[in-house]
Amino acid sequence: MDADMNIYPRRGYGMDHDRYDWQMLIHRPTPAWPGGKQLALWVNVNLQFFPMNPASKTRLPGSMTMPYPDLRHFTLRDYGNRVGIYRLLEAFERHGVKPTVAMSARLAERYPYLLERVLKRGDELIAHGWDMDSPHVAPLAPDAEAELVRRSLARLRALSGQRVRGWLSPGRLETAATPDLIAAEGIEYFCDWVNDDMPYRFRTDAGPLWAMPLSNELDDRFILMDNLHSAESYMEQVMDACDLLLDEARTSGGGRILALSVHPWMLGQPHRIGYFERALAYIMAQPGVWSASAGEIADAYAAAIDTGSNGSV
Amino acid sequence: MSAAAREDTGYYDYWAYEDRPRIVWPNGARLAFWVAPNIEFYELDPPANPQRAAWPQPYPAVAGYSIRDYGNRVGHMRQMALLDKYGIRGSISLSAALCEHHPEIIAMCREREWEFFSHGIYNTRYTYGMSEAEERAMILDSMDTIERHTGRRPAGYLAPALSHSPVTLDLFAELGGIYSCDLFHDDQPTPLRVRGGQRMISLPYSLEMNDTIAYVVNKIEPRRYGQNIRDCFDRLYAEGARSGTVMCVPTHNYQVSCPHRLKAFEESLDYITSHPDVWVATGREIAEYYLANYHDAAADDIARKLQRGAHGR
Repeated sequence: MDADMNIYPRRGYGMDHDRYDWQMLIHRPTPAWPGGKQLALWVNVNLQFFPMNPASKTRLPGSMTMPYPDLRHFTLRDYGNRVGIYRLLEAFERHGVKPTVAMSARLAERYPYLLERVLKRGDELIAHGWDMDSPHVAPLAPDAEAELVRRSLARLRALSGQRVRGWLSPGRLETAATPDLIAAEGIEYFCDWVNDDMPYRFRTDAGPLWAMPLSNELDDRFILMDNLHSAESYMEQVMDACDLLLDEARTSGGGRILALSVHPWMLGQPHRIGYFERALAYIMAQPGVWSASAGEIADAYAAAIDTGSNGSV
Repeated sequence: MSAAAREDTGYYDYWAYEDRPRIVWPNGARLAFWVAPNIEFYELDPPANPQRAAWPQPYPAVAGYSIRDYGNRVGHMRQMALLDKYGIRGSISLSAALCEHHPEIIAMCREREWEFFSHGIYNTRYTYGMSEAEERAMILDSMDTIERHTGRRPAGYLAPALSHSPVTLDLFAELGGIYSCDLFHDDQPTPLRVRGGQRMISLPYSLEMNDTIAYVVNKIEPRRYGQNIRDCFDRLYAEGARSGTVMCVPTHNYQVSCPHRLKAFEESLDYITSHPDVWVATGREIAEYYLANYHDAAADDIARKLQRGAHGR
């Protein structure tokens, strides 16, 4: 232990770091969305490759847990990319939902059919690291991490032909340098921090990023796998969140975001997909809902802030 | 742990729930109800404590840190509006450094005449390993800081992150505290035996009703949490007709105020406050009322029963 536990180097106004400013949501403009819509629906689909021979010391959620060869977990995850995702895509089409797809670079490489299918739909891809065995976590050295970021982005961009402006770290882990490194490679927004319900500016050595609020508490894997809640409860929780955020948007005269992080290997199972479909149907039946990609939401927010239009406080 | 570790807390004697002197709360109420929002500051990079790690991942622990920041940036307003709606003044379990980091929150709570009690300086600084002098200085600092920023010296204490030393309650009593939230042995206030002989009580707080215990440890579904609160209330309200009981719901702005969880909490507050014989109060009000009206009779009853040998320690 340090000699004196009662020393507080950052005890003072604001945050105890320099990445962003302390500002309560009520003290910032939260403009309505294009067309006066009140709730932006951001469905973030995680398409992930979990190698069966993981080498990293840090095992990300969903990774192999059994002695090699862990056929059970490899194939359960693979199920999502073979079967589950097509159930999700059908649900999106039926309910008019526009998803955002976070994809491991190595999955894009391994499953060209799936990549092509997503691209043909016109969905926005965001980077999701190299694979689910390549966490951005200490003690990864900055040089090695810079190479990992460059390789992951270069591969996904080359395979997809998209700019790829967004980033979601595998397992949502970061090193102290991750935001600087992704910003240096042209990333404009990232989705790892869960301290807000609206976008905010996040400082890096390579210029500011938008931090996009992708809820972890409402993530399907967190609710179903970590908390062992039922799929029906997942549906209720999504509906309750939708009600509250819409109500808050209406009361404030502005906008809110309902961000659903989903995994085809969880919700794409036959006994769960129906509840997800009912949740989507419920959300899309509400007046004032705008289903959009993460990049569109970030752009709309930035534009509204710039022009100061409809900036409720 | 010192060589002289005790086999029980030493703070109270055995005292059976039946046949106690009857408590009646103000206006004939049977149940004293209080809500204790924990408003906490967790440091991103606290000094390491060898007995307990602040974060499960290496620096920076993005997920854990950022959801707690969410509580202050977003969740606080939500819970405050809800408590306003039901006429409940919160009794804040406060990381004292939050007065300096986020004075905006303090100002809003002062405006509403909420109570502030001490929850240490930061919730990432544990009592483990502190010398008695260090712990005394930390508690005193917290009390001074809270008094300086709120105009009133705190009456209650909940040790930071529920980390204690063998003399935590003794020190708080010596520094002028009147109630402790650190013990979970009863549904009514109980006199405590502290080394300096001060009149200090244990006020029922609750881990069972605590949202973080419910959601993080027990991993229950939001609607189940709401039902647990109502079930707890029903029983304590019924028993309170015999002798007044205390029910506390300790909350965290980063748990209960998440969009998918607030509704369940609201329903339970609506239920509780719709009953006639409920005294909606603050921790300090309950403690002061008990000390003025029931403490001495309780202490006498405990002493008499001990003397009779009916109740061993």
